[in-house]
Amino acid sequence: MSVLDLARLQFAVTTLFHYIFVPLTIGLSLMVAIMQTQYVRTGDEGYKHMTKFWGKLFLINFAMGVVTGIVQEFQFGMGWSEYSRFVGDIFGAPLAIEALMAFFIESTFIGLWIFGWDKLPKRIHLFSIWMVALATNISSLWILIANSWMQNPVGYEIVNGRAQMIDFGAVVTNPNVFLQFPHVVLSAFATAGFFVMGVSAYRLLRGKDDLERLNFSRSLKFGIVFALLSLPATMWFGHLSGQFLVEKQPMKLAAVEALWESEDPASLSFFQIGDEANRQALINIRIPSLLSFLTYDTFDGLVPGINDLNAYYQKQYAGVYGEDADFVPPMIWMLYWSFRAMVGFGILMSFIALVGVVLWWRKTLSTAGWYLAPLPILIALPYIANSTGWMITELGRQPWIVQGLMRTQDAISPNLTVLEVGLSLVGFTLVYGLLSVANFYLLWKYGSKNRITAEILPMPTPASDNLRLENAY
Amino acid sequence: MIDLNVVWFLLVAVLFTGFFFLEGFDYGVGILLPFVGRDDKERRIVINTIGPHWDGNEVWLLTAGGAIFAAFPNWYATLFSGFYLALFLILVGLIVRGVAFEFRSKDENPLWRKTWDAAIFIGSFLPALLWGVAFANIVRGVPINENMTFTGNLLTLLNPYSLLGGVVTLTLFTLHGALFLSLKTDGVVLERVQKLLKGLWLPLVVVVLLFVGWSFFETDLFEGFNLVQGVGLLGAVVALLGAGWAIFNAKYGRAFIGTGVTIVGTTAFLFGGLFPRVMPSSLGAEFDLTIYNASSSPYTLQVMTVVALIFVPLVLLYQGWTYWVFRKRVTANSHLEY
Repeated sequence: MSVLDLARLQFAVTTLFHYIFVPLTIGLSLMVAIMQTQYVRTGDEGYKHMTKFWGKLFLINFAMGVVTGIVQEFQFGMGWSEYSRFVGDIFGAPLAIEALMAFFIESTFIGLWIFGWDKLPKRIHLFSIWMVALATNISSLWILIANSWMQNPVGYEIVNGRAQMIDFGAVVTNPNVFLQFPHVVLSAFATAGFFVMGVSAYRLLRGKDDLERLNFSRSLKFGIVFALLSLPATMWFGHLSGQFLVEKQPMKLAAVEALWESEDPASLSFFQIGDEANRQALINIRIPSLLSFLTYDTFDGLVPGINDLNAYYQKQYAGVYGEDADFVPPMIWMLYWSFRAMVGFGILMSFIALVGVVLWWRKTLSTAGWYLAPLPILIALPYIANSTGWMITELGRQPWIVQGLMRTQDAISPNLTVLEVGLSLVGFTLVYGLLSVANFYLLWKYGSKNRITAEILPMPTPASDNLRLENAY
Repeated sequence: MIDLNVVWFLLVAVLFTGFFFLEGFDYGVGILLPFVGRDDKERRIVINTIGPHWDGNEVWLLTAGGAIFAAFPNWYATLFSGFYLALFLILVGLIVRGVAFEFRSKDENPLWRKTWDAAIFIGSFLPALLWGVAFANIVRGVPINENMTFTGNLLTLLNPYSLLGGVVTLTLFTLHGALFLSLKTDGVVLERVQKLLKGLWLPLVVVVLLFVGWSFFETDLFEGFNLVQGVGLLGAVVALLGAGWAIFNAKYGRAFIGTGVTIVGTTAFLFGGLFPRVMPSSLGAEFDLTIYNASSSPYTLQVMTVVALIFVPLVLLYQGWTYWVFRKRVTANSHLEY
């Protein structure tokens, strides 16, 4: 394998791994904040227990997200120095703002929340979890502003071979942000919804204690509400993103549909076995006109295919990259099936949440064993949808690292050797692998066994303030 | 007209100063963990002294990284790709350390806890050492060619001078952390910490003097000596001696301020000596990265200046507040979250 292959694999591994933890952090921070608000408002002990129980799972997950996130900020420079030089003027700004606006709030207020139960007034302690929830969302906004620029560069000009920012407002209000941000954040809420539904169902099936059952059936409803409110909107913004693609990244759209040749009206493929070497479909089951409809809201309209687009780009960039340069993303099969997994699971999850609401309305939710039994396993659904979503976004943009401006192969750090990247790839994989075992063990331990009512809150100690003057640095 | 390139150089210096001051003591606490906490309860006390703070302290580093990326992309690109394996080791350290704080006390198994204690120690020791190695290399100069590309490898970075720089930060952060513990613990842990202080201070003075002396021959820090450098160096030396006096007179609050000023002064000395360069090249001064050839466009610097002016003071305010909230000593009677 070349340095480029290894570096790309490393970026994929570390980013996908990081993103296992991010959505739950975003969604669960909000849910815990709501639970604690209910506790502070009503004084209901049940909400306090729920806050502590889900808060513990939240923190275990949060730690993993934080530490794997550090790698993200460093590895653009480590592995992709030429990319960093090219885009630093624009891409660096949102990352720095993210750190200043979000990471500081998140990391400081999480400390206040964990350690402040017995040291802060109730409402200020509640305020700190809201700050954490707010900061995780602000953080995702800035990182998606940065990512959106890679998908749809705006507000720049090329000076001396570097992209220079000329309009910060345009970078922040990139139309891609308004589609990607709600899509990502809402899918994170859905992830938290399914996580809480799964754990609650597991406990409801095994719990005998009345108080425990009450708390978990309440939690289950929290999860269902989160999932049901966020899933249709997630899919709607995903749909709009698809319509945006045909304009800005038509190759990505053609690749996820494995649409080899241009069609008007374009049909939607349901099942395809393709021949990627010769760039054609072998077996293809299609619904006529549906892709045109999804793209343009009418049953006709040209959707350009992979081969035509490639020929077009080859002509357009012949002067820059030579006539033989190829502009087709690798692994079309992965894009094609990733998209179907993401969309399919999104629909399935909506259906599951809807059934939950029906059972809730009939007042049989917490006793419907047939419904509760599969929910723990179904926690996997949003996670697969999240990962496949990023696969589509990032793999579908290839061979570009910045759409139309810079290719991934030109972005790599020129000084790196196979040995160096190989070492770090093996190292990260090993460390991440071990940590995920520990993480899963703790989630399992606290999620499946820990009694929700057993959490005792720390109370202010009667011990006197043993501060000395020199202590107040 | 204010030169924004200079402003951002200052801001990066300030962010690294904040990082070394704050994360310096929590690295020190991590390094001392196996030595001052003999049983599980004592170790938990030690870890809980930095429990509410370590994550916020670490963000100073993330922000410094982000600021370099935004304001000096060529510096970010050359530094991070050039110091690839060193940064990889730092990252592994930070990863296992951060998780260890959160995971350690969530299971009773002694082997589980021992493993995470080791992770905290290694994850504090490695970065404390490697940041010194990295900065010593920066001021010493590393091979950078006409394309702003680093042409060395890991062994280039492991020269004796830079390793001594690593020993300096390692020792300094350990003493800084010990003083932090002397303010935040009591009982038997406090006694052990106090016993260590004198033993840490003397070697620190020796390695600092060696490093400053060697810098005279190995680097150009003393050529064209400027005011910032002078004040930084003088402040660092006086504060270090003052810290010694305070330690021997059992005035630990003052001693902590002393090591803090030593860290601030040393960072000012190094950054002052670099200015206006950010990464000197050992292959020739024409290949040096400076605050001008490494920087973003004036427009980006303007935008980022506005952002920094709003948010940096806010950060200082609420982070300062958390130290006030958790100002009490962590004792055997405290509720321990970690």
